[in-house]
Amino acid sequence: MLRPVMTWIDERFPMSKMVREHLTEYYAPKNFNFWYFFGGLAIVVLAIQILSGIFLTMHYKPDAEKAFASVEYIMRDVPLGWLIRYVHSTGASLFFVVIYLHMFRALLYGSYRKPRELLWIFGMVIYLCLMAEAFFGYLLPWGQMSYWGAQVIVNLFGAVPLIGPDLAVWIRGDYVVSDATLNRFFALHVIAVPIALLGLVVAHIISLHEVGSNNPDGIDIKKNKDPATGKPLDGIPFHPYYTVKDIFGLVIFLIIFASIVFFAPEMGGYFLEHNNFIPADPLKTPAHIAPVWYFTPFYSILRAVPPMFGSQFPGVLAMGGAVVILFLLPWLDRSPVRSIRYKGPLFKVSLTVFVISFLLLGYLGLKPTNIWGQVGGTDVATVVAQLCTALYFLFFLSLPIVSKLDRTKAEPDRVTS
Amino acid sequence: MKLILVMVWSVLFFSGLAGAAGGGYSLSKANIDGTNAESLQRGAKIFADRCLSCHAATFMRYNRLVDIGLSQSQIKQYFIVDDSVKVGDTMKSAIDAATAKQMFGVMPPDLSVVSRSRGADWLYTYFVSFYKDEATTTGWNNLIFPNVAMPNVFSQEQGVLRAIYATDDKSSLSLERETQGSLSARAFDDSMLDLTNFLVFMGEPAAEKRKQIGSLVIIFLIIFAFMAWAVKREFWKDVH
Repeated sequence: MLRPVMTWIDERFPMSKMVREHLTEYYAPKNFNFWYFFGGLAIVVLAIQILSGIFLTMHYKPDAEKAFASVEYIMRDVPLGWLIRYVHSTGASLFFVVIYLHMFRALLYGSYRKPRELLWIFGMVIYLCLMAEAFFGYLLPWGQMSYWGAQVIVNLFGAVPLIGPDLAVWIRGDYVVSDATLNRFFALHVIAVPIALLGLVVAHIISLHEVGSNNPDGIDIKKNKDPATGKPLDGIPFHPYYTVKDIFGLVIFLIIFASIVFFAPEMGGYFLEHNNFIPADPLKTPAHIAPVWYFTPFYSILRAVPPMFGSQFPGVLAMGGAVVILFLLPWLDRSPVRSIRYKGPLFKVSLTVFVISFLLLGYLGLKPTNIWGQVGGTDVATVVAQLCTALYFLFFLSLPIVSKLDRTKAEPDRVTS
Repeated sequence: MKLILVMVWSVLFFSGLAGAAGGGYSLSKANIDGTNAESLQRGAKIFADRCLSCHAATFMRYNRLVDIGLSQSQIKQYFIVDDSVKVGDTMKSAIDAATAKQMFGVMPPDLSVVSRSRGADWLYTYFVSFYKDEATTTGWNNLIFPNVAMPNVFSQEQGVLRAIYATDDKSSLSLERETQGSLSARAFDDSMLDLTNFLVFMGEPAAEKRKQIGSLVIIFLIIFAFMAWAVKREFWKDVH
């Protein structure tokens, strides 16, 4: 029954060919570890966000007068509306958890190194789109944090010399964040950015499958092929091996996902902020405005750089630079080996300091700058954030030297477990 | 195993972060139970009788009280004073916005989701922390909400508390009872816990259902995880 149908399709569309190339005859290294779950998980979270988003869009009203009430309508009157909303809000945060771990994997095993530079760049553009998507989406509930968070971030564009103020008005569509802003952010959130994301994800996967997956040893499995079959000796077909393994990883992830959705949807105010249950009020600025946790490392960098010549622009540049510098990673790393397993102590120390700085920046970005008190009239937390900002950039700027000087170990010929 | 440890660790990390969040006030813990229908019903009655005079709960429908064990006819009989209000309507305030603004200088906030922005502990502490203060327009002040526009609507039940200042600059104070109320201190506290309990319910009426469904989902996923693990192990037997 199925066979004639497949033949019929294959004569008109390369169905079987695609299944072979991307699943049953896509050879992935057999030594993937924990860190290799997150790419697949990111795709699943994207699907969850799109599906839950479609249903939210059916009931949500992108209107400054009605937006807040329509979210409460979803929470109360739409059957299982609360579930759809919590899945979407939890999914947003977990998307970033998954993506950060996925990116960290690339740092650990040098997955961005030649020939995977373009793969890394596609990934970075996906990350940028994801930040835009999260930023636009966060305005939609039209709570106090939505409103003032958007106000603060759009004002950053106002700090650009010369064109800044006009640019900010162009983004908002008004002189303050208003109904016009809400409408355009809605359009960007539900159509523009998702389309870009989907296209980029396809490009990311095509380029991955073109060059083949890296692995924890950072060595090329295509160098050792079975002379008889021409298949990599250390490779296994993605399907069924990694499909069954990834399903297990997915279920564990869903347990965490469901635990949050059903038992801690606000996640103590980190996934859904308390102040966002107060409707947006353009006349009442909250005492403490902080972005959602996934933006806070970069927000910290912004705050850490002092205004120069009466302009916030240097801080904005530093924040932008902190993201842009990640794009350059493939060319900054000049180590003869890819994986941290064979890199030397210099890189290991450097990466550890980087991770600690990044986490500390993220933590400080959630808090007011006076949390650790003052010494000599300066906030201690600001000084720490400045130090961490310096260390953040130092990781990248020193990488060409660190990776050259470092005492690396010899890579094995075949993958280890 | 290592994988599960990392997962557990990440959950702990986030819940630890959550626990670290706190305000500058010292709040009393509100020991409330969202499954205690009697407490919720008592709280609902206090809310409808006292709070709705000035506040509204525009996202809360009267018939949602069915979720705390009240019948439609009970809701009509005990909670709806105005005959033109239907049981499916949302809870409107008894006074209009203009009058409220004139009386208090500000519009009394909508209370539908106040428990989600303030939290149960804050609400409970707020209710029991009113004290007499002739310096304010209402004659009342509040420990955790200084110079609040709202008077103590429960002074009849609570009695009157007065501030005792520890220092001359009035930087710290404690409350002392001046007159007895119609309720004992214990009974008043309990009634404010009931009210807090109801406000928390109103903030998220689906919360109890959410936890019930959640338990089933987690049980299903755990069973699924074992099966997925078994399938994975079977398939991977020939990978060396």
